[in-house]
Amino acid sequence: MSNHLLELKNVTKIFKIGGTFSKNSIKALDSISFDMPLDKPLIMGLVGESGSGKTTLARMILGLSEPTSGEIRYKDMNISYWLKKKRLEYYKEVQPIFQDPYSIYNPFYKIDRNLMLVVKKFRLLPDMKQAYEFISKSLEDIGLRPRDVLGRYPHQLSGGERQRIMLARILLVKPKLIVADEPISMIDVSLKAMFLNYLISFKEKYGISCFFITHDLNTASYVADKILVLCHGRLVEKGPTKDLIENPLHPYTKLLMNSILIPNPNVERKKEIDLTSLESFKKIKAGKGCVFSARCPYATDRCKNSSPELLNVGSERMVACFLYFS
Amino acid sequence: MLEVKDLRIYYKSTFGDYKSVDGVTFVYRNGIFGIAGESGCGKSTLVEGILRLTKPPGYIPTGEVLFHGIDLLKIPEEELRKIRWRKIAYVPQGAMNSLNPVIRIEEQMMDVALDHNNSLNKSELKDLISLLLKRVGLPTEVAKMYPHELSGGMKQRVIIAMALILKPELIVADEPTTGLDVVVQKGIIQLLKKLNKEYNTAIIFVSHDMAAHAHLSDRIAIMYAGKIVEIGDTIDIFEKPLHPYTKGLISAIPQIGKKVVKSIPGLAPSPLNWPSGCRFHPRCPYAMTLCRDVDPPLEEIRPGRYVACHLYSEES
Repeated sequence: MSNHLLELKNVTKIFKIGGTFSKNSIKALDSISFDMPLDKPLIMGLVGESGSGKTTLARMILGLSEPTSGEIRYKDMNISYWLKKKRLEYYKEVQPIFQDPYSIYNPFYKIDRNLMLVVKKFRLLPDMKQAYEFISKSLEDIGLRPRDVLGRYPHQLSGGERQRIMLARILLVKPKLIVADEPISMIDVSLKAMFLNYLISFKEKYGISCFFITHDLNTASYVADKILVLCHGRLVEKGPTKDLIENPLHPYTKLLMNSILIPNPNVERKKEIDLTSLESFKKIKAGKGCVFSARCPYATDRCKNSSPELLNVGSERMVACFLYFS
Repeated sequence: MLEVKDLRIYYKSTFGDYKSVDGVTFVYRNGIFGIAGESGCGKSTLVEGILRLTKPPGYIPTGEVLFHGIDLLKIPEEELRKIRWRKIAYVPQGAMNSLNPVIRIEEQMMDVALDHNNSLNKSELKDLISLLLKRVGLPTEVAKMYPHELSGGMKQRVIIAMALILKPELIVADEPTTGLDVVVQKGIIQLLKKLNKEYNTAIIFVSHDMAAHAHLSDRIAIMYAGKIVEIGDTIDIFEKPLHPYTKGLISAIPQIGKKVVKSIPGLAPSPLNWPSGCRFHPRCPYAMTLCRDVDPPLEEIRPGRYVACHLYSEES
């Protein structure tokens, strides 16, 4: 047994575009490798702009789409093995939280039935008689009053309540890994914090790891232990959150850091970013160079012609940029 | 410049009226005025009402919207049309997705100008369009392009250029940064700031994003449950929030370097049935018996600083 909960090895995903016979394709993800440890629960943040391939990666981990090449391993087994032989077990251990809390519940079922199905499907209890209490308990743990929500249909609940029921669902199943794709981008500010605090407490109390996808570095820095930065389908930087935030290495990470809006009017209100060439017409080219070279202020000929590997630069930090190694 | 007095906007429904905006009063003088609040608090309904764009089943039972002393809610539709776009331009939420996909940008911009009785001829208009595109930071070739050739940020810039075409005094922008990437968001904020500082365009900026307000707005009005609960200068609001809701809102924002982020307990109330008294009292940590019974009015507690909370009124 190795000691990886989740391990990705050179995962690449290519989408064909155009008709059946079209030769055009887009590399949505290019040789993604990273791992999450088995023994120590952690929250891994994945940060990137829209179109960088974040959701594609989440879908592949959840087995909703297959990598074109490369391997995704869960507990030292390829996930295609899990999905074929131990599908139920896999989904009991790897649970998703989606972005849109409005469309994930069956609208014709009341909440109690929606949750009861979870208990039944994963055979969480030997005896279904206790299911109702079990569900009530998990709802209470998330700060919902069971009698307020159980008899109601999903459309009668607010977005915040729905996302909280999602959390209660996680508590029912108690998976090993949560794959959360932009879970808070559609809920209100005052409830976001609650959601993030629950994710942290799940990790600390129950040892549930989380793969947390977001476009917002502010959020990632609050919740994640480690951060991966994704740019146009390539991992460009990886490191422990504190280090990465305090000292971003890759020019793309630096750009992200400069563009995040800090909710404090005194801090850097005057500071502006250089926008020239940023929004030049982004045509997706299957170029050989670094993915960021077209927007990078430090780009050299070398960057345009060859693509840098993600390499170690000490103390768990990795960066894919020629600036740091010659 | 713009004065809103006790504006109420209700939506009729079989269950009774949805009181989306319920008695909003504020004065806008200059600079960038931000309206903040969570989803469902009535921000968009409010700006639609200000421009008299409320559509049935929505209606406006009471209120005045004075623009240079003229009540926009009372003048005939014909006169109002002269003020819209020419004096006040409105950029609705998600406007960038409503560009016509089969018409070139230039023609769409011209349509707006011609429809609102512009005196310029076509070649003058073309010059103006390329000037405006440059002003919003786009290359002039964009004029000849179709919307699908542009990225989200570029479309948002086109929309802002379009709003500028009749040289309005005031732009009302509803969530112009929402749904864009962080880098592009920052670009739009820089652009709006530039328009305000260099070309003296007045801006009302509506957004749920407190971080965007911190960067852009000079003054902010915080809305909760259909009412304004606090108005003040941005720096003042962030440094010394008075209303418990504003305090909660500010401490709920995750921020780099911040160790603890607290959420506001409870859930936002429904506009069908607002709580009695102060609408925030069921979620408020400082709630008193008075709060349950009496709705605190928005009072000026020092010049330019308004708050609607019993903690700061003199009687209590």
